[in-house]
Amino acid sequence: MKLATKDLLGMKELSAEEIRYILYQAEIMKHILLQDAKKTPHLQGRTVVTLFYENSTRTRLSFELASKYMSANAANITASGSSVQKGESLIDTAKTLDAMATDVIIIRHQMSGAPHLIAKNVNAAVINAGDGMNEHPTQALLDLLTMKEKKGQIEGLRVAIIGDVAHSRVARSNIYALQKLGAEVVVGGPSTLLPRDIATLGVEVYENVESALRGADVVMCLRLQKERQQNGLLPSMREYSKFFGVDEKRLALAKPDALIMHPGPVNRGVELTSGVMSLDRAVINEQVTNGVAVRMAVLNILAKRSGHYGNFN
Amino acid sequence: MEILIKGGRVMDPARHFDTVCDIQIVDGVIQKIGENLAPETENPTMIDASGKVVAPGLVDMHCHLREPGQEYKEDIESGTLAAAKGGFTSVACMPNTAPVLDNAAMIEFVKSKAAAVGHVHVWPIGAVSKGLAGEQLAEIGDMREAGAVAVSDDGRPVANPELMRRALEYADMFDTLVISHCEDLSLANGAMNEGAVSTRLGLKGIPNAAEEVQVARDVIIAGELGKRIHIAHVSTAGSVEIIRQAKARGIRVTAETCPHYFTLTEEAVEGYDTNAKMNPPLRTEKDLLAVIAGLADGTIDVIATDHAPHHEDEKNVEFAVALNGIVGFETALGLGITYLVKKDKLTLQELLQKMTCMPAKILGIEKGQLMEGAAADIVIFDMEHPYRVNVSSFASKSKNSPYNGYELYGKVEYTLADGKVVISPDMQ
Repeated sequence: MKLATKDLLGMKELSAEEIRYILYQAEIMKHILLQDAKKTPHLQGRTVVTLFYENSTRTRLSFELASKYMSANAANITASGSSVQKGESLIDTAKTLDAMATDVIIIRHQMSGAPHLIAKNVNAAVINAGDGMNEHPTQALLDLLTMKEKKGQIEGLRVAIIGDVAHSRVARSNIYALQKLGAEVVVGGPSTLLPRDIATLGVEVYENVESALRGADVVMCLRLQKERQQNGLLPSMREYSKFFGVDEKRLALAKPDALIMHPGPVNRGVELTSGVMSLDRAVINEQVTNGVAVRMAVLNILAKRSGHYGNFN
Repeated sequence: MEILIKGGRVMDPARHFDTVCDIQIVDGVIQKIGENLAPETENPTMIDASGKVVAPGLVDMHCHLREPGQEYKEDIESGTLAAAKGGFTSVACMPNTAPVLDNAAMIEFVKSKAAAVGHVHVWPIGAVSKGLAGEQLAEIGDMREAGAVAVSDDGRPVANPELMRRALEYADMFDTLVISHCEDLSLANGAMNEGAVSTRLGLKGIPNAAEEVQVARDVIIAGELGKRIHIAHVSTAGSVEIIRQAKARGIRVTAETCPHYFTLTEEAVEGYDTNAKMNPPLRTEKDLLAVIAGLADGTIDVIATDHAPHHEDEKNVEFAVALNGIVGFETALGLGITYLVKKDKLTLQELLQKMTCMPAKILGIEKGQLMEGAAADIVIFDMEHPYRVNVSSFASKSKNSPYNGYELYGKVEYTLADGKVVISPDMQ
């Protein structure tokens, strides 16, 4: 099976069948990942470049390791150490990478739609590693893989996404992906951090954390950025934690075996208490492991159908 | 030099004239309007207008010609040719050039450049505040004397209500219109309309309130002073309602909207299409319907283009940093006819009023009418046969239009300015 497009821009663009296929591939890749000798020839001779305009530790490293485990030529570019500093436009930077016969460009950018813009202008496959407030598709895929492993299936799950939904690309990608696979999505957060007309995405919306948690199979907390306080959206991190932080008492509203997830990095004591994080059903580190497996799968699928084959037209 | 326009449906919306007849033009002036006119000279230029509409040259009270300073986007020569191709014979250009049109010398520059290279009449609009900085009043009296038809800080709001108050008072002393770009910048911190689509695309949104709070503020200030004010590019249902109520209360407010606000909604942004990025942003279906209702009941007096040329390199970028605006001269009439007249929202007479005599009257210029003895500013267009919009054929230097490929009615066949044929079918 192949994906309908050469790129992975968002979960919005994928069909349920394509999502299931990527997850199936990721399960295979996870076996490789768990071996002692983590090296396969899948991407031998292929070139994968990460182009990051925003800071990132886990996503960038996860993609880099995924590439290397599969023997790709991997290179990294960050905005601060490149000709972006000299004012080069995004399209020109992407075309430069393309002209060096890059097979896959992995981009993270602070502006929504940036990966879509370069995808139209390069031959290489483009993977969105997070664009503004739009999407972070590989995060949703690793979340789905984790839920599938722990719960057996996605269909029928009730997933509560808690926190700063307005600014969260993780939330959007998860909403689209979970709905396509038949899960029920609930969002809960302060009214200033819920985007306008969020209900039009087909989710239940609560302006308090208790209602959102009630009966949840999965509790996914989102990272709260400190700048939300500076921008007048919240009075303080302390007050957020008081009304929206997930502690043991609030967690009791969810199902007793509810998974606890977080895309990381966690502000301990703000989104989640340390006590909740230490529960066995808090799967934050498994999410990270699955992130590598999912990215191996995505790279393998996309690198196989893209690339230049000597064609520079 | 004689031109005879034969057999067209001649319409002069200012006096509700609508008759199939001829127009005789001698030395740039309309000599006669009547039936079966015979040529007076030996070799007149004959224009067969049968089956076509003959109307006053269109008047656009809101456009950006980009000269001086941004000639890579547009200049007075290319912009006025684009205007002529769209049937406009008078265009009022906004002062947000570089340098800003905020003094008499700059107004004179535009006037003299337009006289030298312009294809149609250019009516400069001066700035309200020096450098568009919103702090000190520009020399409005001086600019008026030099030929400015109005003042506006368009592109940005006059954020300070006290400055707006003083501008209305001061400009009125020189019988000068103030055109207000209504936008509360603290609320307008976004890249598109705030709502379902901005949520779906993960783009920061601009709520309707960003426009409406200043529309309300400005009509309140104008009302208290008894001064007139013109609201630019109305885009929301709330603004239409505020203006409707203000008019009912006798406040001297006039308003314009643009074709994109009665033809497109926020859905056009889908796919991060930067040619659907403008300020104010494209709104929802509810707003679009309210704008049309406002046009129909006379709340909105004028259809202006807000012709805003931008270079491809300024649009082919990340959505959040793409510049606002679209070119409008070469699609405005077609959009009005196709989306308003053909859909029975306005009569052709009403549409033409909002694109000819109404803007002329609001600006206080003797244009937008077809009368014997008046300068021959005339447009002839085809209502019957559809044509396809092709941006690559635009006369404008910039091609930033969301309407490429649209099928429209109302193709301009001839444009005459001061009796000179600027656009004719053999030129296209």
